[in-house]
Amino acid sequence: MPLSKDELDNLLQLLGNTRAEEIDCEQCLDLVAEFAERVLAGKSPAERLIAVEQHLSVCAECREEYEALRLALRRLESGRQP
Amino acid sequence: MQRSNSEWLAHLTGEDDLRHAALRDLREALLRGLRAALAGSAHACGAFLEDAVQDSLLRVMDRLHQFEGRSRFVTWATSVAIRVALTELRRRRWKDVSLEDVVAGSDFKPERAVDGDRNPENALRRAQLLDTMQAVIYRGLTARQRTALLAELRGMPQEEIAIRLGVTRNAIYKLTHDARKRLKRGLEEAGYQAADVFTALTK
Repeated sequence: MPLSKDELDNLLQLLGNTRAEEIDCEQCLDLVAEFAERVLAGKSPAERLIAVEQHLSVCAECREEYEALRLALRRLESGRQP
Repeated sequence: MQRSNSEWLAHLTGEDDLRHAALRDLREALLRGLRAALAGSAHACGAFLEDAVQDSLLRVMDRLHQFEGRSRFVTWATSVAIRVALTELRRRRWKDVSLEDVVAGSDFKPERAVDGDRNPENALRRAQLLDTMQAVIYRGLTARQRTALLAELRGMPQEEIAIRLGVTRNAIYKLTHDARKRLKRGLEEAGYQAADVFTALTK
């Protein structure tokens, strides 16, 4: 079974975002709360958080977790509890 | 009770009364956070959230020394809880799927990706790039790297690949990161640069 177009596009996208040095999922977890708060406050990521942004571009699980965190912060902040 | 970051740390590691009160408040904060984060998930019912919060409290206490105080403590703890909860949801979703089934029959051939391109020149460039990539995949990657990369492309979570290969999620990340670097380097050595990759991607 060959790769589908979506799988290959995904692979090409991953390669485009790949860097020689990347943080791993545990390091991302240590930093993602700070990253999410800055984004929510409309601030650009500090130098040390650029690695988080890059990691999120190549790691689907961390990206899903970050999106969930951002959603939670936004909902809690606006007081709109589900 | 509102606490500063240093108060959270002091109370969670303090005398019994302070610790119990802080754990109770943290438990409530994590439950609120998970409810807000997973509101759209059909499987995140009350019992699931209660269990996830309980597991999360243990994880937060284990990782307490890693909190650097660069965000609010509750935000940091919620990020840990979200990882615990989503990891469990992924596990449930993938529990009956074997790694062999996910990668079965794949030979990394890019045939379907080239089909349907109406511009012959683009189709040819894309086919050449994909042929090169396929060659690099077989020449440059180990069987384990190919398996992990393919499973990831097919949506299997790294944690699930890790369980089936008997390693940690971080080890899978490193394995696929090395695979991506080799693949990228192989394409660059064949004359493709990042811009070519994106051009091929967008056709």
